[in-house]
Amino acid sequence: MSVVSIRDLCIDYHSDSGTTRAVNGVSFDVPNARTIALVGESGCGKSTISQAVMGLLPPAAKVASGQILFSDPAGEAAPVDIASLERDGPLMRDIRGNRIAMIFQEPMTSLSPLHTIGDQIGEAARLHQDMSREEAREATRDMLRLVQFPDPDRALDTYPFELSGGLRQRAMIAMALICRPALLVADEPTTALDVTIQAEILKLIRDVQEELQMSVLLITHDFGVVANMADAVVVVYQGRVMEAGPVETVFRAPEHPYLKALLDAVPTFHMDANERLQPIRPIAPKIGGLLSKERAPAEAAGARAGEPLLVVDNISKTFALRQGGSLFGKSQGRVLKALDGVSLTIQRGECLGLVGESGSGKTTTANAVMRALDLDGGSVRFDAGRGLEDIYALRGANLMDYRRRVQMIFQDPFSSLNPRMSLNEILMEPLIIHNVGTSAERADWVRELMALVGLDQRYLRRYPHSLSGGQRQRIGIARALALRPDLVVCDEPVSALDVSVQAQILNLLQDLKAELGLTYLFVSHNLAVVDYLSERVAVMCKGRLVEMGPTSTVVNDPQHPYTQALLAAVPEASLDHPLDFDHLSQTRASQPSAWPEPYRLDADTQPVLVEVSPDHFVCAPGLASPSLKEAV
Amino acid sequence: MGVYILKRLLTMVPTLFVISFLIFAIIELPPGDYLSNQIEQLRMQGEQAAIARVEFLRDQFALDRPFIERYAIWVGIWPGPNGFDGLIQGNWGWSFEFQKPVDEVVSGTLLLTVVLNFATILFVYIVSFPIGIYSATRQYSWGDYGFTFLGYIGLATPNFLLGLILLFLANAWFDLSIGGLMDPQYVDQPMSLAKLGSILAHLIVPTIVIGTAGTAAMIRRLRANLLDELHRQYVTTARAKGLKENKLLLKYPLRMALNPFISDIGNLIPSLVSGSVIVSVVLNLPTVGPVLLSALQSQDQFLAGFILLFVAVLTLLGMLVSDLLLAVLDPRIRLGGQAKT
Repeated sequence: MSVVSIRDLCIDYHSDSGTTRAVNGVSFDVPNARTIALVGESGCGKSTISQAVMGLLPPAAKVASGQILFSDPAGEAAPVDIASLERDGPLMRDIRGNRIAMIFQEPMTSLSPLHTIGDQIGEAARLHQDMSREEAREATRDMLRLVQFPDPDRALDTYPFELSGGLRQRAMIAMALICRPALLVADEPTTALDVTIQAEILKLIRDVQEELQMSVLLITHDFGVVANMADAVVVVYQGRVMEAGPVETVFRAPEHPYLKALLDAVPTFHMDANERLQPIRPIAPKIGGLLSKERAPAEAAGARAGEPLLVVDNISKTFALRQGGSLFGKSQGRVLKALDGVSLTIQRGECLGLVGESGSGKTTTANAVMRALDLDGGSVRFDAGRGLEDIYALRGANLMDYRRRVQMIFQDPFSSLNPRMSLNEILMEPLIIHNVGTSAERADWVRELMALVGLDQRYLRRYPHSLSGGQRQRIGIARALALRPDLVVCDEPVSALDVSVQAQILNLLQDLKAELGLTYLFVSHNLAVVDYLSERVAVMCKGRLVEMGPTSTVVNDPQHPYTQALLAAVPEASLDHPLDFDHLSQTRASQPSAWPEPYRLDADTQPVLVEVSPDHFVCAPGLASPSLKEAV
Repeated sequence: MGVYILKRLLTMVPTLFVISFLIFAIIELPPGDYLSNQIEQLRMQGEQAAIARVEFLRDQFALDRPFIERYAIWVGIWPGPNGFDGLIQGNWGWSFEFQKPVDEVVSGTLLLTVVLNFATILFVYIVSFPIGIYSATRQYSWGDYGFTFLGYIGLATPNFLLGLILLFLANAWFDLSIGGLMDPQYVDQPMSLAKLGSILAHLIVPTIVIGTAGTAAMIRRLRANLLDELHRQYVTTARAKGLKENKLLLKYPLRMALNPFISDIGNLIPSLVSGSVIVSVVLNLPTVGPVLLSALQSQDQFLAGFILLFVAVLTLLGMLVSDLLLAVLDPRIRLGGQAKT
């Protein structure tokens, strides 16, 4: 029996410029106590479908035809067509939040910052089940216990901003489940979370689903999540269902070319070293012309691949958190160790992956390499053809030279391009700042750069807003390459992009590295992406480097408990390697003081790297020989 | 909490010193002072006897001393001709123009100013909130356009013109006397119910006149703020719970949109005092505005200095009140320092 069955649903968006059909003849069923995954790229209409099920469509959207039949498994009431109900009418409000509930992508913005967790969670219970304030509080406490809040009694009176992202999402789930709905709509519930937190939340959703016997409609673009959560999959493309079926069929015998292409575009572990991702819309970068004539500056200086290009030596950085504390009380200022004795070497011509969860210090390391912050200790040395020099000692012309040799690609392609500058101006700017060439040469060079990232040079007059996310990120890459740098620092360059576009950008980065002899420092939280691109990988946690080595060694034979936990938590887009939900780290794997010996790190322990096999280093102070300890 | 308020009050002391210094310096910027101007005038008329008297006054008020010393004597941290006798000791100074101590000059007008300003702020908030909420929730409706139109008219009309029109209408329809804060027959009478009623009736026109521009601006700002909040994710979350639209609106987005208005209370006070000068002159209201204007014109420095300082104190207190209210309303401010980052 189905909780919701959608029949021939068509939804139109009306605007001044006309009508757009966002959902076009979609039909599928959500069976009782099962999970259906709605998969597709951004803009494919999957969120519009979920909004329609909730009766939350924006005023501009109208259901043109079709039905959304909701039959409550708990009652004997006749099925209701949600599509025909008035969106804010009493009938719809009675279902919404009561029998069908929803959790959203951004746990930070989805909760009101001005009301306590207890108030916001209990609200639905008071609304739908006529509970008094005390009863609702009691029910909320039970719910918080069900979603495994560490201290439910205290949590009732906390505000969202006092909680971490994972706890906020738990609170969201508690809020959705308090009326024990028949259907839970989860719109990208783990996209904004770290990978270990994501695994915990996925496990939680599975557990409560079993406990409450409800159905889940899971909206996601992540095939890893789909493979681990869904019983059946519906693939949507441009408002139409491309393929639907049980998860087994979809993964093992995909039929529709679009679905096959989507699956091929996802990087997974267990890929062959030379296997390439297949983007849905491949791009053809043109390398040659001016670029081949003018050799890369590093090669001109006679440097060879394999030599150290950048040496980060024992750098540390502490940030003082806001002093003064609360408005009405005293509290001492706290300090955050963003970097604690981090050392790593980047060889010329390689890609070093830097992996870690939010707050691990990976972006701080990238900024230290860019000389974008002042260090408390340690040094960063760079070989600009004159041997290794401390970049923090560079002044004047030498510093400008360093700036030219090290460039950055940013995470967010939307905010890293100035919306008031045309693409031509954006690509020209670095050349003007560093006073490269005449204006005619610059114009040629800019056209060359556009060809390099596979963009038509007619786009040069346009402004960033008229480009898609992937195109913008290509402009960001072209801008970073404008000065022909030796080292490119990529700070999460694909995490804001769709799977298909991600494959496109990753391939582009790979080609450019091979053709131009670039060196990358690739910062990412996504292990599979790093695995695809990097020869070596460094894992960071809480400001310390915990493991470093060749990528295949680290991925296949992780030594450090944190690396192991991180790898165990990555949902793979394949049915053969399911997440082991039962053995998800019971202890907090990102707590250095909770790591077992010899890995345990207390607040004042010096992190020491030990070479366990050639080139494979693990942070294990307990294994370090006493003499080494003294040396450090 | 108590410690915090005490701390805030203590930090006001240096702030007030700086403000008083600036006020004093600016008032003294034009050459000469009230008495030296008078001496010039008397000299031209050749009245030597009077000059001697004025010279004596100059000496009495230490106007012949250097600037820093005059300032210090005014504040009361330096002995003047009569020992320590300045603002700190409770001597608010002497008004040369009115030939009276400053406190006698301003005591009546200050109270009325505060009453009028309070009434105006209330008027602004009471009128603008419902309209602002209506305009935001029914964006681009006829009602929204209508209120927007009225708001722009309110912003664009000169206050004194509106004041004159309203006064005429009030006189023609309700038989209210033109100008002043009460009917002429009550002016020198002791307070009575009838006098109070007359004062209240006379307050209506000035309140509306002074408040319209503020109301119009406030409506626009509340509408804009609320429109920003209405599209936030947490509003969708609340709607997804099945809350009714009206309840939802009051509980979530409106509360978020309130912050700028509360932090504004401190800023409103000086603008209401200085902004209502022209209206007060036109409507013949005995508020402190016209007194300040004439004191500045005639370089009656102690009077002007005191009034400006009084407004500064009001502003600082207003800021304190708004900060406390914000902390009460917004847990992020109250608990901000303890939150994990």
